[in-house]
Amino acid sequence: MAAVRTSSEIGINRVAIVAVLVVTVIFLAPIYWIASTAFKPRNLATTIPPTVVFQPEISPFVKLFTKRSQMRSPPSPEEYAAAPWWERVVFDGGEKIVRDGKGEVQWSGYPSRFLNSLIIAITSTVLAVGMGTFTAYGFSRFKVKGEADLLFFILSTRMLPPVVVAIPMFLMYRAVGLNDTHVGLIILYTAFNLSFSVWLMKGFMDEIPKEYEEAALVDGYTRMEAFFKIVLPEAATGIAATAVFCFITAWNEYAFALIMTNRRAQTAPPFIPSQVGSGLPDWTVIAAGTFLFLLPVAIFTFLLRNHLLRGMSFGAIRK
Amino acid sequence: MATTMITTLDRSSRAAARGLSDISIRNLFIIPTVLFLIVFNIFPLIYSLGYSFTDFRASTNAPANFVGLQNYRDLLNDPFVWNNFAITAKYVIISVAGQLFVGFGVAMLLNRDIPLKGLLTTLLLLPMMLSMAVVGLFWKLLYDPSWGVINYFLGLGNFEWLADPKMALYAVALTDIWMWSPFVMLLSLAGLSAVPKHLYEAAAIDRAGPFYTFFRITLPLVAPILMIAVIFRTMEAFKTFDLAYILTSQPTAELISIRLYKMAFQEWQTGRSCALAYIVLIMVLAITNIYVKYLNKVKER
Repeated sequence: MAAVRTSSEIGINRVAIVAVLVVTVIFLAPIYWIASTAFKPRNLATTIPPTVVFQPEISPFVKLFTKRSQMRSPPSPEEYAAAPWWERVVFDGGEKIVRDGKGEVQWSGYPSRFLNSLIIAITSTVLAVGMGTFTAYGFSRFKVKGEADLLFFILSTRMLPPVVVAIPMFLMYRAVGLNDTHVGLIILYTAFNLSFSVWLMKGFMDEIPKEYEEAALVDGYTRMEAFFKIVLPEAATGIAATAVFCFITAWNEYAFALIMTNRRAQTAPPFIPSQVGSGLPDWTVIAAGTFLFLLPVAIFTFLLRNHLLRGMSFGAIRK
Repeated sequence: MATTMITTLDRSSRAAARGLSDISIRNLFIIPTVLFLIVFNIFPLIYSLGYSFTDFRASTNAPANFVGLQNYRDLLNDPFVWNNFAITAKYVIISVAGQLFVGFGVAMLLNRDIPLKGLLTTLLLLPMMLSMAVVGLFWKLLYDPSWGVINYFLGLGNFEWLADPKMALYAVALTDIWMWSPFVMLLSLAGLSAVPKHLYEAAAIDRAGPFYTFFRITLPLVAPILMIAVIFRTMEAFKTFDLAYILTSQPTAELISIRLYKMAFQEWQTGRSCALAYIVLIMVLAITNIYVKYLNKVKER
């Protein structure tokens, strides 16, 4: 009897393993598809049946970063031979890279948007995690009047739909000239992430035994010294995890960026979809832009894998 | 759980006598954050509360006229706005139910000894970490009726996902299910792994069938954590903007956030949109309140 049960359990297990693999493939297929489209020649991006096997190309990435124009006739052999490799791959697609009067390559809108995303996400993360760490320590170690209400207040600011907050912020920013500025978005993202950072960091702070600091206080440290020399190093993992979460949130944010920026401080999320609008889009270029944009998040997800549960539940569930 | 570790503030303690007192450190650490959030989250809301009683339009220089509760009255009597709420409710129900089903199902599959389980779990979690706007964009590529891979692999011919008024909302919900089932899966896995093994052993000794074991042991013990997932996802789905806005412009898929965005930034009915924002705000705060109360209840156990 026992043997029968075991073999049927092994059978169930095998079925489950196959099912898990199938599910994983289905879940990853959309991501794989966008990543593979980023390396396709343009004429293979939208074929029927879909092209699965192809010679990968780097040209979508070259096109992503440069301004191009259609060529009426192919380049002369001399022109082609004189061109660097990255210009040749554009020639191969029947286009040429636009240059200004001095022969300087003209950049597309993408690099500046990518840079804006980096600047805004990194700065707002540093601010939100910095302030959040102090505040979390305050809530974790000291008696605060109305602590539960204050923490609820802090959390509720995060729960508001972005558009609700964006309407008054847009009017206020317009009044003080912060529309379409880096500072404007940095402030918004800092406020947005601050509540998250306080909640998550409070959980990490609560886990550091207060005896550590008390021992330091007995040894003659001031509370500040104990915080910087004992608590912060202990909280390093938590701070890093919180920072990565804040970075991803700011990096991915769309609604505020759409409403508050249009060019100078525009980040990648509103920019990338806006390329689809006009005429026949070159999906390989859009896929390349998407791929580069998603890559940091994919890497961070792997680094964060042990903290995902905690971060995604606002610290409500810990393992 | 270590939620309340409070050091009592003892002014006369040796530590407090050196450097800053504990009270000033506490204030120094907490007050700036609270002030920052008041200035950048609460003050704007007060500002827009004021505008919600006016006919202000941000696109003109005309001064705002006080109209009392007119905006609220108009909105609550506007069948189109109610329709947007109905669409949103439908969307929330479909996508959260789908996520619960898929997420919990996959978690049940994963909750056993599987080679490379950690790697597979992390890979499965990838979709929820991505930008909703960009996910919307590349699902547009997948959904394309003439050359999209979804139609090709499902053999659906030129099926219209996003341009068909009847289908658009389901297509958005399907993308949302793809993106957020991993979240339910993640929470479910935590819940499932916390079920004590001896309960299953006891059930096996009693020769309990798999259905009995599932409904009497697994489900009741995982329910609290599933509830957290459901409330959390309900809140987020209610707020959905990016995904639906990018995927489709069908009026049948116009969620309340999209209506709000259009009212505020395309029609420039600033005063009225502030009033609608307040109606949405009150709804979200109500859900958040339920969520936090529930969270505290779960934590206490």
